[in-house]
Amino acid sequence: MKEEIIIAGFGGQGVLSLGKVLAYSAIMQDMEVTWMPSYGPEMRGGTANVCVILSDKKIGSPIVTKYDTAIILNQQSMDKFEKTVKPGGLLLYDPSGITRHPERKDVTVAQINAIDIAANVGNSKVYNMAVLGAFLKLRPVVEMENVRKGLAKCIPARYSDLIALNEKAIEEGTDSVLVIDEK
Amino acid sequence: MAEKILMKGNEAIAISAIRNGVDGYFGYPITPQSEVMETLMKERPWLTTGMVVLQAESETSSINMIYGGACCGKKVMTSSSSPGVSLMCEGISYMAGAELPCVVVDVMRGGPGLGTIQPSQSDYNMIVKGSGHGDFHNIVIAPASAQDMYDFVDWGFELAFRYRNPVVILADGIIGQMMEKVEMHEQKPRRTAEEILRDAPWATTGKPASRPRNIITSLSLDSDIQEVFNRKLAVKYAEIEANEVKYTEYLTDDAEYLFVAFGCSSRICEAAVDELREAGIRAGMLRPVTLYPYPFARIEELAGKMKSIMSVELNLGQMVDDVRLAVKGTCPVGFYGRQGGNIFTPEEITDAFKKFNNLK
Repeated sequence: MKEEIIIAGFGGQGVLSLGKVLAYSAIMQDMEVTWMPSYGPEMRGGTANVCVILSDKKIGSPIVTKYDTAIILNQQSMDKFEKTVKPGGLLLYDPSGITRHPERKDVTVAQINAIDIAANVGNSKVYNMAVLGAFLKLRPVVEMENVRKGLAKCIPARYSDLIALNEKAIEEGTDSVLVIDEK
Repeated sequence: MAEKILMKGNEAIAISAIRNGVDGYFGYPITPQSEVMETLMKERPWLTTGMVVLQAESETSSINMIYGGACCGKKVMTSSSSPGVSLMCEGISYMAGAELPCVVVDVMRGGPGLGTIQPSQSDYNMIVKGSGHGDFHNIVIAPASAQDMYDFVDWGFELAFRYRNPVVILADGIIGQMMEKVEMHEQKPRRTAEEILRDAPWATTGKPASRPRNIITSLSLDSDIQEVFNRKLAVKYAEIEANEVKYTEYLTDDAEYLFVAFGCSSRICEAAVDELREAGIRAGMLRPVTLYPYPFARIEELAGKMKSIMSVELNLGQMVDDVRLAVKGTCPVGFYGRQGGNIFTPEEITDAFKKFNNLK
């Protein structure tokens, strides 16, 4: 099993953290992982993306150009990464930040309205975990038990009271993902 | 069971320094390696192992702080990125001249000048061929994963003290910024004063009546004395070249074509080899793990069996000179690179490979 994922959106949406929780969850499942961020003179409001690769085997290149899954959280990222999803792959996006919906017909397209979930759960910071839940529903690459362990590893001890909230957002995301077109 | 943590290569350097009982880190922040000092400051090892962590006022200052620490027989290190390492070159030369051990980490970015902050391997010539004036070599080791970053700190100090010579961990922005799984060992204690006397008898630890003064200097105003010293260094370098060469190979057993790549490039090249193998082309790869000493002999041996060899680097072609020296004209040698902080994809490498070899 090998899953190559690009997660892209605005800085501040928790794109890098989403990737980190996913990567840590895979480590809890004894998988190999790489987490490679775009880094540069970036700031809140600018674009941010991270490539996460999960595999049963040792990972060679941490840089790839085609992805099994693209998780897209703003329009700039849609413009850049829609075309990079492998045929038959998954394009998961948040429609609230999008002016032009994806046009690919050869990939599974799914929506997650994560802003609403974060609002329901009561903390805008868990937005990214709702997206993670949606991804895991469609690509159960990591068992939920290991996701909980990975999440706990990523949250500093002083914020441990937020773990339950994040778990709730993951669950809600799992329940709320909407498949538009299945391939 | 060993602890497995998801961390950046830069964080791995910092955590490894603490766990290996390093005595002091002196540095100045610069992208893409600032997490080294950030992590050390967050971990506050001065409260646990007693390790000193200090932000110097410049790279010139941090390398000279290390010079001082090494004079006392301490395990001291610094890290920086390309422009910062340029500033350290004078100090590195002095330490090579004074035969002092230290570990310098260079997380390379695009140059020349201030360049970019993205990954590059454009310091190969600077670090491998000298990094300062005078007749000397750094021992240069090139990590290709976060685990390497963790492991190479200990290996670096082992080499530095065995040969009383600066060791450079030559990394790049990808290896520094990428997070991977890292297995960590238990905390090792820092060396005691007695252990320093044992491992570094040359150190300026206070003169007892039982031995003459230890003098540490790189200055010699007498040409004959200097020449004797240079020849002593040559003997040391010959020993390093005989004993410390390290490389890994990927699918070289039946290969007809060879790639040579180090650091992050070797990871991407491995994927290119896989693609070519799928297309029925028997490609393989050699990754030099030590850049000085360089695996000349092994590349020469492999060259006899290859239709061609291609050096793949994130620069304009620096290591390729050493590949050519090793190959001695027995097969064609090509080069492919990206510059300025751009990173090649496996597809770009296979395209360049096919073009060079006139393959479809």
